Amino acid sequence: MDAYLVAVGIILGIYMLMTLGLNLHFGFTGMINFGQVGFFAIGAYTSALLALAGAPMAVAFAGAVLAAALAALPLGLMALRLRIEYLAIATLGFSEIVRVVIVSEEWLTKGVQGLGGIPRLFASLGVGGNAELAYLGLIALANLAAVLIIRRIVASPFGRLIQAVRDDEEALRALGKDPAGYKVRVFMLGAAFAGLAGAFYAHYLTYITPEQFVPLVTFYVWMAMIMGGAGRIPGAVAGTLILVLFLEGSRFLRDFVPGVSEVEMASLRLAAVGLALILFTLYRPQGLFGGYSK
Amino acid sequence: MTGLEVFGLGKAFDGLRVVEDVSIAVAGDELAGLIGPNGAGKSTLFALITGFEDADEGEVRFFGELLNNLPPERRARKGLARTFQIPRPFSHLTVRQNLAVAAPDQSGEHLLAVFARPGKVRREEAAIARRVEEVLAFLELDRVAETPGRQLSGGQRKLLEIGRVLMTAPRFLLLDEPFAGVNPRLIEVIADKIRALNAEGIGCLVVEHNIQALARLVGRLFVMDWGRILAEGAPGEVLARPEVRDAYIGGG
Repeated sequence: MDAYLVAVGIILGIYMLMTLGLNLHFGFTGMINFGQVGFFAIGAYTSALLALAGAPMAVAFAGAVLAAALAALPLGLMALRLRIEYLAIATLGFSEIVRVVIVSEEWLTKGVQGLGGIPRLFASLGVGGNAELAYLGLIALANLAAVLIIRRIVASPFGRLIQAVRDDEEALRALGKDPAGYKVRVFMLGAAFAGLAGAFYAHYLTYITPEQFVPLVTFYVWMAMIMGGAGRIPGAVAGTLILVLFLEGSRFLRDFVPGVSEVEMASLRLAAVGLALILFTLYRPQGLFGGYSK
Repeated sequence: MTGLEVFGLGKAFDGLRVVEDVSIAVAGDELAGLIGPNGAGKSTLFALITGFEDADEGEVRFFGELLNNLPPERRARKGLARTFQIPRPFSHLTVRQNLAVAAPDQSGEHLLAVFARPGKVRREEAAIARRVEEVLAFLELDRVAETPGRQLSGGQRKLLEIGRVLMTAPRFLLLDEPFAGVNPRLIEVIADKIRALNAEGIGCLVVEHNIQALARLVGRLFVMDWGRILAEGAPGEVLARPEVRDAYIGGG
């Protein structure tokens, strides 16, 4: 049971990093990013490939963050021209392109077969037990750092400005501020968090395949953000907690619901998460922490 | 000195000429007004001057400098500030934050400075906060300083709209219907604020439907109709002209 909780904690931490990043995009800047999983995938594959090539872990992780941020640059530039609805479609398309490229560039990514034998962190502590606990500690630390960084940003003049971008871009331009550069920076920053999450994911599972990076992951992250309250840092944290609680908790439901097969249960879990999201948007659209809603 | 100069400005939407051959000049320290029936092209003229729309032809000059082809934010940074007919507060930011955003040249707007030069950012923030308090006091918005933009009343929004442009340290203000939807007492308050700003040497061009209030405020009046300038001169004299009366009666 302890090992299970540690595993859930690690997954929680990975999702939380992605939610914190998305919250910067949408919650604070109003940019609809339906492709967060794309940056997650880029981070995972970059870090895995670097580590497999013998790079030190720190380099692999840094590479993941950098690659995700750089991938966000062209998208961020596109975000300046596109209306918010089109950005949503463009980012969704982007994440699918990333997945298709991973599938087809077999020489690099081994395609659908996936990348195996990705080096672990804390391998000297053995497999499982202490190594996992240390990994959880590191992820918790990464999340803490992310929260502190985002708090600092949001409280700064930069943070004030991006929230003004979210509320009314044209009014901001009338005041002499050009929203373009800020949007690109936020896009890269939020993607970098997803890239870091990807690196953690790859070195935790040690085996990654393209089908782990489907749009459903993005929508889980959106659910977490909406349930917690977009534009609120504690919202991103609490929302991810609720999401993982639902995803994992519904696993145990099978013990209490008789006559439901494993496969049916998997579908029921999704339905439960969907229902929770509907209830939230109906009765508390601003999320738990009273964040921003369109 | 001529502050705002518009020469032969024209704009058509889908073949419909909304602004046609408009030429006006307002001194850098003048307080002038612009009236005209609905659809006369006043708001479009504002958009052309401030860069929110591109002119099909003509020139916009600001203190002698050609502004054509500059985006709105660049024109605003030169000191040509505008307000919107329907106020556009940043709805989730407080009044204080709404004002602080507008302060020009903040190094804290750069991520690197936020982390690498926190001391400099803090000093600037303190200076901005002082200026914000001045503007709050000037516009009598102190009581709602911590209220989010979306919870303000119509009149408070109008005041905030003016406050934000003041934060940009403007040389010239284009005010789009500052009295619309505002109660009579507040109209006088806003008019006094505009006079006070003008007395400090800030030029103003005010679009307004409330002709009586505007005539009391400005020294010179432009009248627009069907996209053209119909008349210009002292308010009392201009409003007495038959063609201006016709435009208003004919145009409703």
